[in-house]
Amino acid sequence: MEVPILKQSDYLIATIQAALTDEDLLKLHYALVEQVGKHRSKGVIIDVTALDIMDSFATRTLRSLVHMVKLRGADTVICGIQPEVAFTMVQLGLTLEGISTALDLEEGLALLTTSNNKKRKI
Amino acid sequence: MDGGSTIAITSDSDIIVARELGRRVGKELDFSLTDLTIIATVISELARNIIIFAKHGDMIIETIRHGKKVGIVITAVDKGPGIPDIFLAMQDGYSTGKGLGLGLPGVRRLMDEFEIFSETGKGTRVSVKKWLM
Repeated sequence: MEVPILKQSDYLIATIQAALTDEDLLKLHYALVEQVGKHRSKGVIIDVTALDIMDSFATRTLRSLVHMVKLRGADTVICGIQPEVAFTMVQLGLTLEGISTALDLEEGLALLTTSNNKKRKI
Repeated sequence: MDGGSTIAITSDSDIIVARELGRRVGKELDFSLTDLTIIATVISELARNIIIFAKHGDMIIETIRHGKKVGIVITAVDKGPGIPDIFLAMQDGYSTGKGLGLGLPGVRRLMDEFEIFSETGKGTRVSVKKWLM
């Protein structure tokens, strides 16, 4: 199942809606890196609320996605990690160090807007 | 043990099928949402190792009863290259760069019992249990 990517002003929002195969996740990866350039986006939100697990592959893929998007000049926020998923990730030894996270989409957008405004001032 | 199901793992979409079955079996046993997430994640890790290292293999999901105790047993079997150094494979590798990065130490932490047999050139069998507390 492909992940829809919505453009909202300066941001791209990718909402993961169901369990993803590795291939879907890699497709999302390429699509986002490309669309950030196409839409000159300043930020990306990946909403993982519907993801019932985050295993090592998903974590690794998200981590590299965030770094690639960063190289393309945009920030990423991952939002909606469920409590059980967070618990399991930590036990498994998976971390998202250096990556912005937010409770939900609303918080994620707020976080991007704040960091974007700060950049503009500089 | 009873009610075992075997799922052939040959592609990444089989990982999702195995995960969903594990979740269903766990739910029937009345595991908590956190435990169901752990069970699904462990299946995902073990099944992915099969795909990456052995190309194909089986995931076996069973329920187990021991006196009053009830639990779930997840077994991953493959005829792949085997793990030459199990000690190294059991070192935490995600953050330190030690270990082989197979996720096995994490899987062991998440489950109650963990067994691994591996022979170079013949294959690997990892079996883990979680008891309903």
